Amino acid sequence: MEVSTTPRFVIQVAGIRKSYGATVAVSDVSFEVREGEIFGLIGPNGAGKTTTLECVEGVRRPDGGTVSILGLDPFRDVYALQQRIGVQLQEAQLQKRIKVWEAVDLWGSLYRKTVDGDRLLEQLGLASKRNAWFMTLSGGQKQRLFIALALINDPEVVFLDELTTGLDPQARRAIWDLVRGIRERGKTVLMTTHLMEEAERLCDRVAIIEHGKIIDIGSPEDLVRRHCPQRTVVLATDSDGAEERLRGMSSVRTVTRQDARFTIEGVGEDFVTEVIQCLSENRIRVTDFRTVLPNLEDVFLKLTGHSIRD
Amino acid sequence: MLRGLGKLTWLEMKIFLREPLGAFGSIFFPVLIFVLAGRWFGGMRSPVAMEPNGLLRLKLPIFSALLITISAVMSLVTIIAVYREGGILRRLRATPLRPQTILTAHVLVKLALTAATLALMVLAGKRYYPIGVHIPVFSFGVALLISTWSILSIGFVIASLVPTARFAQPIGAAILYPMLGLCGLFVPLSELPPGLHAVARAIPLTYAVSLLEGIWKGDGWWVHRGDVAALVIVFAVCTALAAKVFRWE
Repeated sequence: MEVSTTPRFVIQVAGIRKSYGATVAVSDVSFEVREGEIFGLIGPNGAGKTTTLECVEGVRRPDGGTVSILGLDPFRDVYALQQRIGVQLQEAQLQKRIKVWEAVDLWGSLYRKTVDGDRLLEQLGLASKRNAWFMTLSGGQKQRLFIALALINDPEVVFLDELTTGLDPQARRAIWDLVRGIRERGKTVLMTTHLMEEAERLCDRVAIIEHGKIIDIGSPEDLVRRHCPQRTVVLATDSDGAEERLRGMSSVRTVTRQDARFTIEGVGEDFVTEVIQCLSENRIRVTDFRTVLPNLEDVFLKLTGHSIRD
Repeated sequence: MLRGLGKLTWLEMKIFLREPLGAFGSIFFPVLIFVLAGRWFGGMRSPVAMEPNGLLRLKLPIFSALLITISAVMSLVTIIAVYREGGILRRLRATPLRPQTILTAHVLVKLALTAATLALMVLAGKRYYPIGVHIPVFSFGVALLISTWSILSIGFVIASLVPTARFAQPIGAAILYPMLGLCGLFVPLSELPPGLHAVARAIPLTYAVSLLEGIWKGDGWWVHRGDVAALVIVFAVCTALAAKVFRWE
């Protein structure tokens, strides 16, 4: 039997637009999310990520364009769809004095199909906080509770909006593991983040958004390869003539030297291999050697002309 | 249709009672005030106060009932504003809970607390009413329920208008408390200057007071059909208005 290689699209977004008064938040955004992948909408704050996500999950009504999730319309079929998706909203809170188990219990009562709430709390490391008030939870614990609430109905698609904003690095890593766990259970994840590291660690594919438009879509590796082909090697050597040999390589663009430390920039997949060959052929003795690969941060800088942090 | 209403109402009730001053402020404090005021007026024992239509027998119970209702509405306005500001309304709305379920739960909590406070007050107030004096408790309860619905609907309009949680309490107070002075409870409408008289006619509380006083004194419902109609109209108009202007975030 032939295995189909055509991916099944769980989410299809075509040409959605959204304005608030005269401010255009999202203009003509289209993308598709495949079954079982983590798809990230990435870009700086105010780029239109959250508006896009909220239009897709049915929290906000777009001014135009179409959205289809699991073949359903998020507005016409809202109640059918809600049973099959899980949502975590940016900067949402719960009642200050609601207990963790009460929230899970309430959410559990709202869906036809649910998973065991206590087991879910255990899996998310919240079992000991079962009787704690929401207001007493740490930022990471709150986000884990929101993940629990998003997963209570065993959804096929999970929406996560700026899940780790405001968390310390340790809590952030713990959350990343949980999100990977969601994918391992076969669920599809659509998330937003302004953290390029988070996107690289988690996302199978990303869409870069700026000023309400998608600039490019692809896997983080593809985007880097496409937009930032340059490679950098940093090495230390005190061999005479090393600089001359390195400069002589065809794939080298620039060589900068600081005492015994050389920073060599070049282009192409084979650049690093060529540098190693050059060192080996010329018997250049090095005391340090490392490569610096461009990342999504560099892609963003290249595509928009400014850093995502600006 | 209102899936989750029972559970959400029970939950919101528990959450409210966990608030510092939640149970005390909404149930015991009004009763305490009522008892103290009763003692004070009762101590004076002036013949006027003890008359069936006098201050103690008629005005105090109705004033207390309205005060409880208004503080319940103020509390509702504040809770809605806090929930909106904290994104709690937004979060609840992104579940299969219907929007009306979320709001109805709060109304039910307020009605239950109002009923509990009134029951306590009736118990505490028994001593001021000699045995044999008939008070139509059930009819009065129904009249108060109608009045409360009407005032609650005004609360939802206020809750839609307050910009942030910080303003909820003062704006609510500025709108609701002056109504108490103009509603004809202490100063008869006929003694108000013409300008204020017109204002009083436009205040829903005026009709609530007329209805409550009448029912308390033993009037039939038919006599107060105009008051009931006015309160129902206020409810319908405010609910329709709130449905249009209510902000979830």
